[in-house]
Order: sequence, then C-alpha cells, then structure tokens
Amino acid sequence: MATIELKNVHAEVAEGDEEILHGVDLEVESGEIHALMGPNGSGKSTTSKVIAGHPAYDVTEGEIILHLEAADFDGIDEIPESARTWNLLELEPNERAALGVFLAFQYPAEIEGVTMTNFLRTALNAKLEERDELLFGEGEDEDEDEDAGYETSPMEGPADEGEVGVAEFQQLLSEKMELLDMDEKFAQRYLNAGFSGGEKKQNEVLQAAILEPTIAVLDEIDSGLDIDRLQDVADGINALRDEQGTGVLQITHYQRILDYVEPDTVHIMLNGEIAMEGGPELAEKLEDKGYDWVREQVYNAA
Amino acid sequence: MSSEENLQETDTEARFEFKKEQHSAFQSEKGLTEETIRLISEDKDEPDWMLERRLRALKQYKKMPMPTDWPGQPDLSELDVEEIVPYIRPDVETRGGAENWEDLPDEIQDTFEKLGIPEAEREALSGVGAQYESEVVYQNMQERWEEKGVIFCNMDEAVQEHEEIVKEHFMTNCVPASDNKFAALHGAVWSGGSFVYIPEDVTVEMPVQAYFRMNSEGMGQFEHTLIIAEEGSEVHYIEGCSAPKYGTHNLHSGGVEVFVKEDAHVQYSTVQNWSKNTFNLNTKRAIVEENGTMEWISGSMGSKATMLYPSSILKGRGATDNHITIAFAGEGQDIDTGAKVYHNAPDTKSTIESKSIAKDGGRTNYRGLVHIADGAEDSSTSVECDALMFDNESTSDTMPYMEINESKVDVAHEATVGKIGDEDVFYLQSRGLDDDDAKQMIVAGFIEPITEELPIEYAVELNRLIELEMEGSLG
Repeated sequence: MATIELKNVHAEVAEGDEEILHGVDLEVESGEIHALMGPNGSGKSTTSKVIAGHPAYDVTEGEIILHLEAADFDGIDEIPESARTWNLLELEPNERAALGVFLAFQYPAEIEGVTMTNFLRTALNAKLEERDELLFGEGEDEDEDEDAGYETSPMEGPADEGEVGVAEFQQLLSEKMELLDMDEKFAQRYLNAGFSGGEKKQNEVLQAAILEPTIAVLDEIDSGLDIDRLQDVADGINALRDEQGTGVLQITHYQRILDYVEPDTVHIMLNGEIAMEGGPELAEKLEDKGYDWVREQVYNAA
Repeated sequence: MSSEENLQETDTEARFEFKKEQHSAFQSEKGLTEETIRLISEDKDEPDWMLERRLRALKQYKKMPMPTDWPGQPDLSELDVEEIVPYIRPDVETRGGAENWEDLPDEIQDTFEKLGIPEAEREALSGVGAQYESEVVYQNMQERWEEKGVIFCNMDEAVQEHEEIVKEHFMTNCVPASDNKFAALHGAVWSGGSFVYIPEDVTVEMPVQAYFRMNSEGMGQFEHTLIIAEEGSEVHYIEGCSAPKYGTHNLHSGGVEVFVKEDAHVQYSTVQNWSKNTFNLNTKRAIVEENGTMEWISGSMGSKATMLYPSSILKGRGATDNHITIAFAGEGQDIDTGAKVYHNAPDTKSTIESKSIAKDGGRTNYRGLVHIADGAEDSSTSVECDALMFDNESTSDTMPYMEINESKVDVAHEATVGKIGDEDVFYLQSRGLDDDDAKQMIVAGFIEPITEELPIEYAVELNRLIELEMEGSLG
C-alpha cells in the first residue's frame, strides 16, 4: 500500500515571490481515485507540478511524504525499513519517477526525432535502475551495460542495455496500446510530435500504463477528448487502479470523466488550499451549483 | 549491405583520438619556404609541373591576407602557420595494424577505455581483426574494381601513375590555389589523400573509405582528395578524421575536388573529430554536370576552430546538390560551417539541411550561400538550418546568404535557433530519465533527421561522439 501525503504545502514561483499554494493538505492511497477540482488559477496544476518536482516552483513550507511497501512493486519481496518513507522534496524529478510518482501533463512536451518506442523503453529501464538504486542502494551490474554494443539501429538504442530488452518491451507496448485502443503506428511516431490534443492525452495514459506508477497525478487528462477517446482514457485509468493498484489523483474541471472514472474522494481547491472534501456526490453538486456555492459554504461558515 | 559488413570494411587503425609513437622517415624543417616546398616535391619524386604548381600556390599564399573581416568568423590569430611542420612522410613500414586487441599498444587501449567504447565496437573501430581482414577485402575489391577500370589509390601515387588525368584536374578549375589563402597553402604543401576514378557507367556498390589521422606534434595535415566520376557512374566516398591531442596548435587544411559528370552520382560523407587544438580550414568543392547529383554529408566535431563550406557548382542542366551537415561545439570551440551552391544552369536543384549544437560556451555558425545565376530558370533551392543551444553562454548564428538573379525559381528557407527547453527536459525527467540523459535524448532527436541518412557505422560513431562530448569525458 503506497500513500502520498501533502502536509501544509506552501509553494511559490521560483523566479518571484508570489505564493500560489497556501498550505495544501491531501492524501492519496494505492487503489484509490481522488478528484481534485477547482476554478482556474486555484492551484491545481501547481499542486501536480510540485508533486513531480518541477523546477519552476519552490516549496517554502510543508512536506510531501511518500510511503511505500514491497507490494507496490512487481517482483519485490521486501523493501528495507529505511527505504519505505521518502520526503519527495529532497528528490530529483527522475528519482520521484523511479519511486512510482507519475504526472500526466496537461500540455505534454513534443520531442522531435525520438520515437515512442525508444523513449518509453529508455525511460522504463532508467526508472527500474534508479528504483533499485534508491530502494536497495545498488545499481545494476554496470560493467555489463558498458560492454553492451549496438546490435540494432543506433536510433533504437543499444539492444541489450537495461532490464527490459527490445523484444520484451515490444510485447509490453503492443499489449498496452491495444488496451487503450491505440494504433500500432504510434510506436514509431516521434514523441507527441504532431499528435492531436486527444492523442497526446491518450499517450499520457499509455506511458502511465507502461511505467506502472504507484501514484499517478493526472492533470486535466480529459480536456480536449472526444467522447470515444474519453472512454478509452477512462478505461486506461480504471485499469491502472484495478490491475496495478495505482493511487490516482485526477485534476479536472468537469463531472463528465467522473461518470466513467468514479472517484472515492473529491477535493475542491480554492485560492491555493483544499476548501472542501466529500464523496462522488460532491462533484455532481458542484456541476449543478458552481464554485460560488463552494465559496459561500466555505467563507460563510468561517 | 548489412551493417556488419559495413563495419568490417572499416579500414582504419583507430577512429578516435590517440597518439602513436612518432616514427617518421623524413621530417621537413619548420616554417614555410620555397626550399621546403622543393624538398617535399623532391622527396616525392614529383614531375616538374607539380613542383611548379606548388611554388605558384606558395606565392599566392604569401600574397593573400588572412581572412579576418568575415562577420562573426572564428579567431585565427593564434594560428601560426610558420610554426607548423607542413610535411611528414609517414613511415610506411611501421604502419601495420594489430591482429588482436591485446596486441595494440597500452596507450591506445587506455584511450579507448577512457572513451568508454564497448569492446565489440572497439574492435571494429580500431580495425583490429578487421584491419587484417580489410587488407584482404580491400585487395579483393581492388581486383574487382580494376577489372572495371576503377582507380582508388593514394594521391601521391596517382601523380606518378595517372599523371595525365591528375594534371588535368588537380587544382585547376575546381579548387584553384587562388581560391582562398588556405587553398593556396594547401596547394603548396599538400601531401597524401586519395585519388578516385570511376569510369563511365560503373557503379561502385561498396563505399570507398579513407581515414586520415594526424599523429605527430605540430604537424599540419594537408591531404588532397580528387574524385572523378565519369558519365553515368556512381560512388560513395567516406572519409573519417580524428586527431590526437597535443600541446601546440595543429592545422588541418585539406582540399577536396569532385568532378561529377553527366548523370553521375557522388556521395561524399565525412565525420570529423579533430583534437580540440586543431584549426580545421578546408576547401571542398564539386562541379556537377548535366543531371549529375552531388551529396555532401558532414559531421563536424572537435577542433578549436573549423571553417568548412563544401560547395557545389551546378554547371549542367538538371544537376542536383544535397547538403547535410551537423556541427557540435563545446567549451572553447568555434565551429563555422555551411554550404555553398551555385546554380549556373536551368532546372538545377539544391537542398541544404544543417543542424548545430552548442554547449558550455561553444559557438556554432551556419554560413551559407545559394547563388542562382541569371538564366538558371526553373531552379529550386531549399535551405533549412536549425541550431540548438544548451545554455546562455553558448552562441549560434545563422547567415544564409542568397543571391538570386533569376526570377523563375523556387526558393525556400527556414531557420530556427533555440535553447534546449526546460519544459521538455522536465517532461523526460518526470518519466525517469536523469537530467543528462534527458538532454542527450533531446539532442539525439534533434539530429535524428540527419543521422538516419548516414551509413550505420557513422550514425553509431556520431551518436557516440556526441554522447561523449555531452558527458564532458572528452577534452
């Protein structure tokens, strides 16, 4: 059971002193789906970026703690006591990724010239290697890697480098792509380059499926999706939870996706703080009554 | 051809920087005098006309000023030609390769170790094993080629054995010594290089390869390459260069002349990795006749300063030129490269693709010229140059000059100059790649359109060199 805990997180833009998050408290566990909603500018995206370690934000107060157990990872029987609790704020973005934190971007980057296959296999192997190093304080046998030659095209990367080989990876990739109803041609396209808005979102979910995160933060994964793709993406998110036990924090503006991916908990953010929490019915209420209703409730009650 | 065969034919002792003990039979005095030139010519037992050409070139060289007024050009003030021994005859007897990796001298093994080249690649790159076999392969090729009338030999040998054809083409109307100061210097002191002659309608299926290395301190390298492709012939010539590091400034000033006759097709590929103290100042030019095609593919790595603008003169109707260049400049490096194309006939076509990467205060510059002459109707040109910078200390400029004197033409130009995107790096990091690997992946993607067109062993070498440059483990 993995848990991510945000405790009184204050954050500001790195180049400037404007505070955006004024003490966010949030907890997501494995197997749970949480929705994070709120008006524009309330700090939802900033929360997601702070979790992933975006260098443009400084956390000035509070902490983000990740608790891990062996059961969170396939093929790991035991994690040393000292490696079960992590302060994410002390880790680089790639180290956070190695421990299973995944961020689906609202606006994924387009990387020309790097095929999906090459990128995803490289990322998966980098992640697994770094994870073992963090959890067990040891790298893979590096000498072996050093001797690996190029047996495939150099554009595909060294054939026998890393834990997951080319053939095994191809297998994994086609399975996951089928699950998401993605065309096989995607595998040879350049990472997000020229993808439509919907394809990019689908691709974010595909990456999550491949990298098997413990905690996935999905920033507006539903924006720009037509109804068929929304269904595919929702299937992908549910599969993350059901098959991999991922804890999901889903940032959204709309009730619509929550019809397909039913949240256990809904958090509403106002002005850089969690203002209200409740079950799935809260999202429906919000859809009816809007954020003014939330403001009324919160500020009048105060 | 499979990549393995390609690698096996790699006829080289080693493609990276390492220095061998200097065993030379002959070494001229430092400095550049008429006497030096006479000595060189005499040592090579050259015909009089070649000595005369050398002496004429020397006069040109003395007369011409150093180029100092090009906008944004590399600083050449530290280059002292007089200090560079212009000529060393490599001692042929001691040039034999090793049959086994273990037989290579320790310092060479060390250098490869430092470069982090995997064993399998080391053997291929260093030519171990392949070195011995390649002699055989080469011999076989030689016989097959000879039957077809193909000539591939050392330039010095060509002066003796194929005197008439060399006399006609050598630094006459393609690259005359008067072209520029360094072409003149080259004409005076040139030594070695390759002569390639492909007879009419002959296609050479395997790439012709030649490797040049500078391995003596303070030695200039002035090899001359002359390629003549007769009507309807086809050849791919590959040249690799790497030089070991030494204390004094090295100068490389090569000359390449290519004659592409009617319907002929020549591809000239080179990946150069000069040591970081080398001034790399070359003149490369092709003359392309009717419906002929010239392709220049070059990767410029290493060197202190490089000035290199391969040019094509599209002389006959329907002639085509393709340029692909990659440049990488790290700390203290100034890589000024580009392309020149003269459209002197109707229906001629050129495409130029240039990619450059600058890091740690390095500087890259694209300097290009496309000239379309009056009357070169229905010609088209497309120029695309992209520069990628790692940091705010690095600089890059783009100077794509166009001289269009004909109105019925199609001209396209696109240029981008950008810094590596923080958001892009973060995106890749968030997927598990560390900062260096993320940047490396972005750079590999940036040059991918070019590496995919390179022969496989060159793509491998180039990617590897760029990785090493980026890790800062070279130089």
